[in-house]
Amino acid sequence: MVSNRETWEAAFGAGPTRDVPFATMSGIPLDAVYGPDDGEFPGQFPYTRGPYASMYRSKLWTMRMFAGFGTADDTNLRFKEIIRAGGDGLSTAFDMPTLLGLDSDHPMSLGEVGRCGVAIDTVDDMADLYAGIDLGSITTSMTINSPAAVLLAMFVAQAERSGVHRSRLGGTLQNDILKEYQAQKEFVFPPRQSMRLVRDSIAFTAAEMPRWHSVSISGYHIREAGSTAVEELAFTLANGFAYVELAMQAGLPVDSFAPRLSFFFNAHIDFFEEIAKYRAARRIWARWMRDRYGAQLERSLQLRFHTQTAGVSLTAQQPEVNIVRTAIEALAGVLGGTQSLHTNSFDEALALPTEKAARIALRTQQVIAHETNVAHVADPLGGSWYVESLTDEVERQAEALFAEIEAMGGGSMLEGAIRGIEENWFQGRIADSAFELERGLNSGARIVVGVNACTEGNGEAAPPLLRITHDDERRQRERLAGVRAARDGAAVEAALARVSEIAADPEANLMPTLIDAVGVRASLGEIMGAMGTVFGRHVEVPTI
Amino acid sequence: MSEQPKGRVLVAKVGLDGHDRGVKVVARLLRDAGFEVVYTGLFQTPETVAAAAVDEDVDIVGLSMLSGAHMTLVPLVVEALRARGVDIPVVVGGIVPDHDVDELRAAGVAAVLTPGATADEIVATLTTLL
Repeated sequence: MVSNRETWEAAFGAGPTRDVPFATMSGIPLDAVYGPDDGEFPGQFPYTRGPYASMYRSKLWTMRMFAGFGTADDTNLRFKEIIRAGGDGLSTAFDMPTLLGLDSDHPMSLGEVGRCGVAIDTVDDMADLYAGIDLGSITTSMTINSPAAVLLAMFVAQAERSGVHRSRLGGTLQNDILKEYQAQKEFVFPPRQSMRLVRDSIAFTAAEMPRWHSVSISGYHIREAGSTAVEELAFTLANGFAYVELAMQAGLPVDSFAPRLSFFFNAHIDFFEEIAKYRAARRIWARWMRDRYGAQLERSLQLRFHTQTAGVSLTAQQPEVNIVRTAIEALAGVLGGTQSLHTNSFDEALALPTEKAARIALRTQQVIAHETNVAHVADPLGGSWYVESLTDEVERQAEALFAEIEAMGGGSMLEGAIRGIEENWFQGRIADSAFELERGLNSGARIVVGVNACTEGNGEAAPPLLRITHDDERRQRERLAGVRAARDGAAVEAALARVSEIAADPEANLMPTLIDAVGVRASLGEIMGAMGTVFGRHVEVPTI
Repeated sequence: MSEQPKGRVLVAKVGLDGHDRGVKVVARLLRDAGFEVVYTGLFQTPETVAAAAVDEDVDIVGLSMLSGAHMTLVPLVVEALRARGVDIPVVVGGIVPDHDVDELRAAGVAAVLTPGATADEIVATLTTLL
């Protein structure tokens, strides 16, 4: 009988290891993992201890910094600065009009262009955004949801225009529309029509873009909107199950797309609960994928995730203290085995980050990676009575929430996720949890340094902040006007008519038509409008 | 807290910003403090906010702003209210850098509440505006 340790040793030995001394500062040599011979090892089902046998011994997490502001040119410069500073992955933040599929010259875009992210109107902006960046060696992530299929089409079109075939493109599309209705609230079309676009992009990337992650199933925004850690975990995985059921209903074999699903979790300030959450997430996903959905490929069972430190944990008071919060949260992500990490900048409770603040945030990861030695040993908290017990409890509570969602859907997680949105169940629970947290802050039961305790120094002047000028908005509108004037108007009209026609056929896949439309420089707003005539719009009933 | 003075407050999200955690928490805080609260929902324009404020006959308009568009949109809300001939005070809550606060006040905003404002401060600020 081969022990779990022997199985793990074989898997570990088959991979490369980084060229650093794996020892403590005193010179004590360190094993790659610790535990009993017949316990669970990293890379072994249900992957509580990590998806891979070697974890950070072979490769550190990707330091993927989220950035975007102003025009594509502005953000392109910030991207290059991140790469020069040692970041090895890019993550693109889009502005509010882009997130909602509006052009920069739409009346509702007034004042919002380039503010919370970069403005993208046409494929020409997409080309500027990644100009001079080798997309073969740097993977890129795009935080976009309602119009995700259109942005994916632009990404493919600009890459192929520059000679890189779609099959070679590596990266991640957030494309997680369910959490938009639940938490982030940047929705456009009604849920069921939006899910058709998700289905189309999953099917398209499964067939044509083998290196692309089609959906990044995101708990981050659910947590930022106020949920507890357990709700973040349960709602996120439930959404994941919904996408799996969606693609399977469309006839895709589970192992054809599941390996390209990835996750995105928050790292909040409750250190051990966060670590337990990541460990439970891997275990739940593996069990459900194997037992309920019949997945057989190991990569379909292995939950891989990106982590971002908690924006909501940052304070406007004594903002420098946020560097400490972010470091602790980042450490939780690393001890929880994250595959990539974004660290927030200390000034983000005040404005978008300055270049210096963003650099300190990246340096925080680099200190954890290179100075602390925490990456030497996989799942270092595995076997802790406390962390194991917390992992079990988080899993148990998540399963109880899955049962509620499944009951709402009459046995279907897909239907449960959609009905839970339509009936305001997710939104109500998140708002309740947010209010409970706020009550704790107001009663003093929950201490936040600089906010309701330790307030000496709060009056000091704010650090220098990034200022986005109205000039960016003007420049972007002029650029869009230039594109509109120079393109073939008849070709655009024909392409948009075709988008509406294909949108009206629920069995058709929209992706090829979208790629054609962006190729003749139809704008994001025009394409969303063409789909909107068929799909309609989602309106949320306002509830307090 | 039934001895708190009661007033009607419209809380609104204007523009494209979907972050509604703050507006909902503040709405509940105000309700618990004895205010009547009306919430517009997301994606309002200055015009729809002003129209709702008049229709609902509110005493105060509260705008929740987190996207950085406050310098553009907030003065338009104030103007839209004035254009309807009403002088309802406008309070802004959210992420507003210090250097914008004076300019907002000059544009006619009655108060700006920034991150970390406590429930007591929020209630006290609105109470003085009744």
